[in-house]
Amino acid sequence: MAGQPNLVEQFEQALLAVDPLEAERLLTAASRAVLPMQLVDEVIAPALERIGEKWEHGEAALSQVYMGGRICESLVDKLLPPGSPARLQRPKLAIAVLEDFHFLGKNLVKSALRASGFDPLDWGHATVEELVHRVRAEGIEVLLISTLMLPSALKIKELRAQLGAAGLPVKLVVGGAPFRFDPLLWREVGADACGQNALEAIEIVRGLLKSVERGRAKP
Amino acid sequence: MSAVAMTPLERLTTTMGHHEPDRVPFVISVTMQGARELGLSIEDYYAKAENIVEAQFRMFAKYRHDALNPTFYGALEMEAWGSATIFRDDGPPNAGPPLVAKLDDITKLVPPKVEESPRLQEALKAIRLMKARAGAAIPLLGVVLSPFSAPVMQLGFDRYLELMFERPDLFVRLMAINEEFCVAWANAQLAAGATAIAYADPVSSTTIVTREMYLKTGFLVARRVIARIRGGVATHFASGNCLPILGDVAQTGTVAVGVSALEDLAALKAACRGKLTVMGNLNAIMMRHWTPAQAVAEVKAAIAKAGPGGGYVLSDNHGEIPWQVPDEILMVIADAVHTWGRYPLDWVRQAGVA
Repeated sequence: MAGQPNLVEQFEQALLAVDPLEAERLLTAASRAVLPMQLVDEVIAPALERIGEKWEHGEAALSQVYMGGRICESLVDKLLPPGSPARLQRPKLAIAVLEDFHFLGKNLVKSALRASGFDPLDWGHATVEELVHRVRAEGIEVLLISTLMLPSALKIKELRAQLGAAGLPVKLVVGGAPFRFDPLLWREVGADACGQNALEAIEIVRGLLKSVERGRAKP
Repeated sequence: MSAVAMTPLERLTTTMGHHEPDRVPFVISVTMQGARELGLSIEDYYAKAENIVEAQFRMFAKYRHDALNPTFYGALEMEAWGSATIFRDDGPPNAGPPLVAKLDDITKLVPPKVEESPRLQEALKAIRLMKARAGAAIPLLGVVLSPFSAPVMQLGFDRYLELMFERPDLFVRLMAINEEFCVAWANAQLAAGATAIAYADPVSSTTIVTREMYLKTGFLVARRVIARIRGGVATHFASGNCLPILGDVAQTGTVAVGVSALEDLAALKAACRGKLTVMGNLNAIMMRHWTPAQAVAEVKAAIAKAGPGGGYVLSDNHGEIPWQVPDEILMVIADAVHTWGRYPLDWVRQAGVA
C-alpha cells in the first residue's frame, strides 16, 4: 500500500463519481497483497475522510458522501462479513433517529462506521422510552443519535435525563442539521460529543472506544 | 428615497426590480406561531383555514412585515398523496413514514388532483379568505415543494439519493409525475389569490448535490416547472448552500433565492446583483439564544451586506422560524428593520460597510 500512494486518491475519485465498479476494481486489485483490515484502515477510511473534509469545505455534496459511504459499506461487507471476528466488536454501538423519519444522516454515519470496520446496531426510528429500554437491554456503550429537526434535537435532553435516571453509563453522540446551525446545542442537550459529519462521528467513536476500554480495565 | 411609505407590495416589487424601495422589505417566516397567537394546539390550529387567516393578520400587525404567509406546513402536500402527518406540540408537523414502500411502486404512482384533496382545498380556502381581507396592497406568498425535493418525503432522503444515482428510469418517471402535481398546485394557489410562489428546493442546493448533478436534474426540472407557473416564483434552498449555482439558478426563471446562514451574504448578493433578489439569511436556529442587542446587530449586519441597491429581502435562512424562538426576539428584529432598514441606508455608506 505504501507503494501505491495514488490508490487512496483513485479510490476517492471513484467514490466521488459514484462508480461502484471502479471502486471495487481498485480494491480487488489491492486486496491480493494485504489483509482486509489493512485495506479498511489505509484506503477506505482515508478516502472517506478526504470526502468528508471536502464536504466541510463545500467541495463535495452530501449525495457523494452518502453514496460513497454506501459503496464502501458494501465493499467492506465483502471483505469483512458482518459478525466477522476481524470487525471491531467494541464499543457496543447503536445508532437511531429520534422521533422523526429522516434517516439520511443516520444511514450516512452507519455506512461510514461499517466501512471503517465497526458493527453498529441500527435501531431505525425510536422514541426516548424505546431508546432507554434498548440501551439497558442490549448493554449499549455508545449511542449515536441523528436528528433533522430542532424539536427532535431538543428532545435529546429528555433522553439524557432518562438514561441518567436509569443509571446507564452510555456515551451519547449526536449529529444532524440543528447541530450544524447551533454549534453549542450538543452541550445544551447533554450529549457527550457531537459529530458535525460522518467522519467526525467515527473519530469520536474511536476516541470513546479508548475511554470505554480504559473504563473496563479499571478494577 | 421616498417620503411616502410604500405598500408592502410596492416595497417588494421595487426591490425585486433591483431598485431601492423606502425600506428593506422583510418577510418573517412565522407559521405555527399562529397557534400560540390563538391559544390553540398546533394540530387544532391547522385544522381550519379560518385559524390561519386570523393568526396571520394578527402577526402581520404585530411584526409589521411585508407579506402574509398562508402556508400550512411542508407535509401538507404529502397528505394529498395519501401520507400521514405527525403533529407535535413544539414544532412543525412532520411527514410520517415515506409514501412509496418499494421503488418500483413509482411506476404506479398517480399525481393527486388538487380539487379532490380536502386538505389542499382547506389551504386554498385560507388563501381566498386572506386575499379578500388583504386586498391588493399586501402580498400573499404561496408555497410548493419542488418536484425534485418532494421525493425526500415520498421515499425518504436515503432511498431518494439511491434512486437518483441507481434508477434513472424511475427518477425520470417520478419527476414527470411530481411536475404535474407541482404545477397544478402552484397555479391553484395563484388562482385563489396568492401573489407569488415560493419554490422550496433544498435538494438542488450544493449542500446536497454537485453542480454537475444539479444541471442534469433539479435545474431542468425547475426550468420546466417555473415556465408553467402562472406567476412570480422565488426559489428557496431552505438552509442549503447555493452560491456556486446562482448563475444557473437565474436561468430557471425564478426571480429570487432564499439563502443559507452558512454562506456569506455579501458574496451571495454580489453574485445575484441585477439578476436575482436575495432573501435571507438570519440564522433561525440561533435566534433562540439571541439577546435583543444581538438581534439588532444581526439585522444591521445583514442589511449592511445586502441592502444597498435593492434586490434584497431580509428574512431567515430556512423559511420557517422555530417554535422555540421567543416572541420578544421577533419583535426586536421587526423594530430593527424598521429603524435600520430605511433607504438610502446612509449609516451603511457612512460606515463604509457597503
